[in-house]
Amino acid sequence: MAKIIVVTSGKGGVGKTTSSAAIGTGLALAGHKTVIVDFDIGLRNLDLIMGCERRVVYDFVNVINGEANLKQTLIKDKRVDNLFILPASQTRDKDALTKDGVERVLTELAKEFDFILCDSPAGIESGAMMALYFADEAVVVTNPEVSSVRDSDRILGMLSSKSRRAEQGLDGIKEHLLLTRYNPERVQKGEMLSVEDVKEILAIELIGVIPESQAVLNASNSGQPVIMDKDSDAGQAYLDTVQRLLGETVPFRFLTVEKKGFIKRIFGG
Amino acid sequence: MYNAAEAVIIIAKALNFMSEHSLELKGSLFPLSVLHCTDVSVSTLEPLLSAKLAQAPGFFYQAPIVLNLQDCQQVPDFVALKHLFVDLKLVLVGVTGASPTIKAAAQQAGLAALQAGKTTSAKTNEAPQAAVSPQQLAPSTMDSKIVEQTVRSGQQIYAKGADLIIKGAVGAGAEVIADGNIHIYGSLRGKAIAGASGDTSKRIYCFNMQAELISVAGNYWLSDSLQGEFWGKPACIKLQDDTLVISELV
Repeated sequence: MAKIIVVTSGKGGVGKTTSSAAIGTGLALAGHKTVIVDFDIGLRNLDLIMGCERRVVYDFVNVINGEANLKQTLIKDKRVDNLFILPASQTRDKDALTKDGVERVLTELAKEFDFILCDSPAGIESGAMMALYFADEAVVVTNPEVSSVRDSDRILGMLSSKSRRAEQGLDGIKEHLLLTRYNPERVQKGEMLSVEDVKEILAIELIGVIPESQAVLNASNSGQPVIMDKDSDAGQAYLDTVQRLLGETVPFRFLTVEKKGFIKRIFGG
Repeated sequence: MYNAAEAVIIIAKALNFMSEHSLELKGSLFPLSVLHCTDVSVSTLEPLLSAKLAQAPGFFYQAPIVLNLQDCQQVPDFVALKHLFVDLKLVLVGVTGASPTIKAAAQQAGLAALQAGKTTSAKTNEAPQAAVSPQQLAPSTMDSKIVEQTVRSGQQIYAKGADLIIKGAVGAGAEVIADGNIHIYGSLRGKAIAGASGDTSKRIYCFNMQAELISVAGNYWLSDSLQGEFWGKPACIKLQDDTLVISELV
């Protein structure tokens, strides 16, 4: 049975799409057949991050409206086996998604895939609600700053009241906290909330901490999920995150300020 | 017979006047137990009342009692009755349903003559076996609404006519409202409004006070006024002389 995971945050620009791309790729690398669904209708970004923007023919809305079938629409990743992308429509808006339509598409995807990753749009309107409604698990992407934490709190409230699981009285959505753009140096200076602060406020289980890294921007620009940059700190942190998502226990890294070596101290860097 | 669970709402006439000492008389509502009995002579009442009190020892200890004299024709011996109530550790505060003559005698004896708001169903003629069962005598406790998880930003919870108990935290931007007391076992970062229907005796308890707003019976403080000694600490908020008072929870 496929697991539906929503990647959500409430606030925009915190790294939902980057995280969706990285986690989806990581799950596929681990051998699980995975599809990443872009729910951000009208602001299609996932295809860029995944580097498949030139291969988009049909989109999610076409499938919902019956203008194309899934086979025609799904884009197979060229680098990683088992990885597929269902792109969003750029010409439509969020209202193009209907609950019935989304359910039909997800049910069909569930027959073939192990993991369905829903990349949610920002906000708490219908688009974001569609993305989280059918989820079994949620990755709540949060930056270590107060407005992002508050918006995540809001989304957590939605997850526990507006989802299918909540409405049908099933077990609640399993919630994971993914802290992105974490900068231990700035935390030490008191310019950023610490992991502990965020954990205390949101009171959900931590699944990963992604350090603020140049590698993320580089990856986005080159259309290569950052998790494939295995030498980068952000890439490694995403690999850890995927392992935890698969139930393994992995110690957290990149939480403290790196001690500068002798050479670095003299020459700066 | 005797129906202690019946409570009569007494409405004292509000009389507000100011003096240099700023004396205030305000109308309030109190639940009172009303005693019904066909025969209010000390000899009849004493064994019946003792037996009834023995069913729930301590429950009526020094309870204020109002005597319903609806079916009483003769003027009872109020002085003897007062002694009986003192002996039984009860406080006789007044009479209700009395005829003008009896009312006058009661007032002579220093008892208040009370006007029943809602008429209580007098069961004076029923047989003794129809007396109220101990279950029915149980105190009418206020309901509680219990929230097992954390209240997230944007959520609003209202406990109508009840206390509100929250096991988790109340997030920033969340609102918890109760007509009764509010207990929060996590952090309070949002708004908490107790005594929402105007009950000034209600309180807010929280394990970690970082509230955006706290209010008891319409008196409120914003986060700005809450900074200081009790910020981030376990705290109790109550209303005292129309002013909110925060104290530490020990």
